[in-house]
Amino acid sequence: MATVRLQISATPAHVRTARLVATAVARRSGVADSALDEIRLAVGEACSRAVSLHEEFAPHELITLLLADQGTFVVTVRDMGPTGAEARHIDPLEGFDGLGVPETFFAGNGGRMPAGFGLALIGGLVDDVEIDPAGDGPGTVVRMSWPLG
Amino acid sequence: MDLSLSTRNEGDRTIVAVGGEIDVYTAPKLREQLIDLVSNGSYHIVVDLEGVEFLDSTGLGVLVGGLKRVRAHDGSLRLVCTQERILKIFRITGLTKVFPIHPSVDEAVAARD
Repeated sequence: MATVRLQISATPAHVRTARLVATAVARRSGVADSALDEIRLAVGEACSRAVSLHEEFAPHELITLLLADQGTFVVTVRDMGPTGAEARHIDPLEGFDGLGVPETFFAGNGGRMPAGFGLALIGGLVDDVEIDPAGDGPGTVVRMSWPLG
Repeated sequence: MDLSLSTRNEGDRTIVAVGGEIDVYTAPKLREQLIDLVSNGSYHIVVDLEGVEFLDSTGLGVLVGGLKRVRAHDGSLRLVCTQERILKIFRITGLTKVFPIHPSVDEAVAARD
């Protein structure tokens, strides 16, 4: 089982690093080229969400990515932020259909989309995704996988 | 690749050509550009995404924020995009119903509500 482990501090610039590493490892693992864009976006969203949470709640903790060839290509992103309701289910983008974009999408967070929005985008992109509270402490684990070959 | 921005005017339309990656790191630069334009009286904006290689939810948030700002002045914000991987993100999030998306800058500039 080939595994790459990457830890980043809560720095937006490192999200790009994580995307590049994930895409490179996915390619090397044998994931179809057609899935690489999806992996790049999904990993970026998971890491952006984690960075936003860490900036607010855990600025000195590291975010951990595991990229593993386990018969499928599995990416897990573990943050150390609080485990909120948004971590347990994927919001189906309610309220985002049409012109009535809620003000809450822009409140705080430096004008960024809220953490749940990135998860919802991941849910729309990736067929196999699980989002669970970490069992061994604070934080959330986002686990995504893609077929090989 | 970092984010590149260039603006030009055609009539009362302001075109912002974006290149590179719009993500959590670079999106603030685009947000500042859109805020500056609206502050300076440009209320009809066309954002050309043809040179964009990567767009995430942070970038979407900046575009929606721009749309809200121009609407406050009865303005418009239109997008130019033919790249399927970018269009897919707008479809998944339902934003194809929020933004007019055009296949060319000429068409976006000519469009009226």
